[in-house]
Amino acid sequence: MPAEQQLAGVSDLFVVAAVLLYLAAMIGFALELAFGRSKADSAAVPARQPVGAGVGSAGGSSDVPAEVASEPVVEPPAWARKAGWAAMALGWLGWAANLAAIVTRGLAVDRWPWGNMYEFVVAICFAAVTAFLGTQLRQNVRFLGAFVMVTAALGLGFAVKVLYTAAGPVVPALNSYWVAIHVTAAILASGLFIVAGVSGILYLIRGDGMSRLPSRADLERAAHRAIVFAFPVWTFAVIAGALWADKAWGRYWGWDPKEVWAFITWVAYAAYLHARVTAGWRGRAATIVQLLAFGCLLFNLVGVNMFISGLHSYADVSG
Amino acid sequence: MTVDELERERARPAGMGPVGWLRWGWRTLTSMKTALILLFLFALASVPGSLVPQRSVEPDKVVQLFQNSPTLAEWYDRFQLFDVFTSAWFAAIYLLLFTSLIGCVLPRTATYVRELRRRPPAAPRNLSRLPHFSRLDDPLTVEEAAGRLRGLRFRVEVGDGWVAAEKGYLRETGNLLFHVSLLGLLVAIGFGSLYGYRGNVLVVEGDGFANTVAAYDRFIPGNQVSAESLEPFSFTLTDFQATYQVEGAKRGQELDYSAFMKVNDAPGAPTRDYTLKVNEPLEVNGTQTYLLGHGYAPVFKVTDGKGQVAFEGPVPCLIESKPTLTSGCVVKVPDAQPSQLGFLLRFLPTGDGAGASLFPGALNPQVQLLGAFSGDLGVRSGRPQSVYELAPPEVMRKLTPLVMGTGQAPLAVGGSIDLPKGTGKLEFTGVKEWMTLQIAYDPGRLPALVAAGTAVVAIALSLMIRRRRVWVRVKDGVAEVGGLTRTEGSAAGFTEEFADIVKVLSAGGKDAR
Ligand code: HEM
Repeated sequence: MPAEQQLAGVSDLFVVAAVLLYLAAMIGFALELAFGRSKADSAAVPARQPVGAGVGSAGGSSDVPAEVASEPVVEPPAWARKAGWAAMALGWLGWAANLAAIVTRGLAVDRWPWGNMYEFVVAICFAAVTAFLGTQLRQNVRFLGAFVMVTAALGLGFAVKVLYTAAGPVVPALNSYWVAIHVTAAILASGLFIVAGVSGILYLIRGDGMSRLPSRADLERAAHRAIVFAFPVWTFAVIAGALWADKAWGRYWGWDPKEVWAFITWVAYAAYLHARVTAGWRGRAATIVQLLAFGCLLFNLVGVNMFISGLHSYADVSG
Repeated sequence: MTVDELERERARPAGMGPVGWLRWGWRTLTSMKTALILLFLFALASVPGSLVPQRSVEPDKVVQLFQNSPTLAEWYDRFQLFDVFTSAWFAAIYLLLFTSLIGCVLPRTATYVRELRRRPPAAPRNLSRLPHFSRLDDPLTVEEAAGRLRGLRFRVEVGDGWVAAEKGYLRETGNLLFHVSLLGLLVAIGFGSLYGYRGNVLVVEGDGFANTVAAYDRFIPGNQVSAESLEPFSFTLTDFQATYQVEGAKRGQELDYSAFMKVNDAPGAPTRDYTLKVNEPLEVNGTQTYLLGHGYAPVFKVTDGKGQVAFEGPVPCLIESKPTLTSGCVVKVPDAQPSQLGFLLRFLPTGDGAGASLFPGALNPQVQLLGAFSGDLGVRSGRPQSVYELAPPEVMRKLTPLVMGTGQAPLAVGGSIDLPKGTGKLEFTGVKEWMTLQIAYDPGRLPALVAAGTAVVAIALSLMIRRRRVWVRVKDGVAEVGGLTRTEGSAAGFTEEFADIVKVLSAGGKDAR
């Protein structure tokens, strides 16, 4: 079937294109950050609008406290903004290439293109970039751009270098419409969790003084938003997995290692949501909880597939 | 209601009596902080469940660990690490967590019901102090404002010169419902494990199965299951078919497999045909039969030293290499005379003539004799024995080897080997396939599904909806609007909504809507 093999080859090329475009976008975003204006950490200051300022607008990054805003600020060079816009364009191009890679792979194998770990990771990177670009449409989160892009590029690189699997059929157990439901939900949630994880790491890296990195309040808000969307989706993914297990393995929950870690991840993100509303845990502690949960997610994706055997060992990773 | 309200006044009063201590204990248990810590413990406690082999998942690995490092295994066992998810300490954590949950949900439900009946609170004196504030250019009356806010589906209260409006009550509904459905899920799972059972059985082509406890190879009943309560269905496996990828990098990979069965739903019921596949279980009155795996059962005929046929039939072989389905077989012939016979063989679905298999499909089935023994196999010693092991090591040592090593040429179907000194003959007469099944009955399945489905919807409501209040004050014809979300972290999204609300309030009749 040469036509299908050609398509598979095209898919591989699109992955490489996506990596390059993401890296280019990352440079653009990084330039904008590096030469943009540095900001104070407004995490500790409640976002309160100046009195009588017409329609209140607490959107995006505009809640810089008044004392800081009145400091003399050096206007960033005009090209820093332009670099940001170019990066957005490159990011969208990379997104399109990533999408094309997934679609061509799906056509080449004539099934849902997430049947093994390679395909799964490619799709998760796509989901993460989608989550970022999608959020950007409604709310300015460009400050995350460089970090999301580099994560996606690294993820795709890891997929190509370590996980690559030639296009082909999957084992019978995976030939089910449940792939479309369960795995798609898991991919979506993982993409969002990645955006949250990137924000969380930046939150911890950023000191509490002036910095070119985005303010902690912005980072915390971006992370929370992503998780608020991701958590129900993840819950659904786990339940859909249980339904599938009920069809395929004769029990809906059997504490298979993958199930154990999906559960741990779920409990850990629930703990984050609780920590955020518990006195004394807000901010830094909640962020650490969030990153622990993110670690569980990654371990489930990489560690469980590669080091622990179980019913889910379809991952098809060689070596 | 914010959590701070819940957390308020938890300090322990000095000089408490036993009632005071109880109350303090209950309060501590139901505090958010305790819940948080219990959630952590819950996650942490599941970790060993994925690292240490679990009896319910991989019983053979547990046995292996007991053989290889008995001391470690004993310590593991002492802490119930082979049964993490049914262990006392795991149960202690989730029971505490769920008690905490109940203690948390009950008072919140009471508060919530009270709040539902309450009207939105009167407008604050100075609206410009609110996080969201706007002054309208056009004049607006209190009635107009109330009407337009009602149009936006706010709950509205009108006072002297002000309007108070509130929306987003579903958030708390969702949150409470979510926590309650988690409790429901736990109850459903518990119910299922008490009144349900599951078991495994291996069936060879041509053989049948009737759903009785004795027919299972492994049977795990819930506490409340009696032998009579098993659904009395039966079936025979008439044919088993598997297909494999024949070319490319994935040559030999399974594509599909099907078991063709004749099923009787109850004794005396008409026979129906059913094709069992992965992902498509057979259901008889709530009892599900699942196809888990398959392999080969070559058919052998053994003639003993006296010329009698001492054994004839299929022998299910254990898969040794998944990609080629090369399998190891054990044939025990306790009826052979003058002494019992035992054989170790290797089955090659597509033999290459040199002792290896090239493909998992049975294109050129061959068996290779690896060892033949005579002597007492200990089958009748009364001790449990594995059908996949010829004999335990201490018994093996006492057997007389007749043939040893891989020097034997592989047999094709119809081939035979004469054992030395007229001790007998082994014939390879055909190939059948076996399948392994899991049969499960779990009355908690549907309730668990309902609870889980409710949980997803409820958590989505709880996380996506924000509780918000809007006030309008009209003074000397000038209208001011103030807004507030009562949900942490959602201020950003409310900004746009507030702007829309202001637009609707000021556009009024001019607006198309
Ligand atoms: C099985 C254990 C539990 C799970 C999985 C769980 C999960 C959740 C989730 C996902 C939320 C949504 C958070 C949000 O709205 O941002 C939530 C909220 C909440 N939970 Fe739990 N929970 C559990 C146990 C408890 C317990 C024991 C308590 C009581 C101490 C509790 C009290 C609360 C409260 C007060 C909220 C509302 C937070 C808010 O207003 O945003 N939860 N829970």
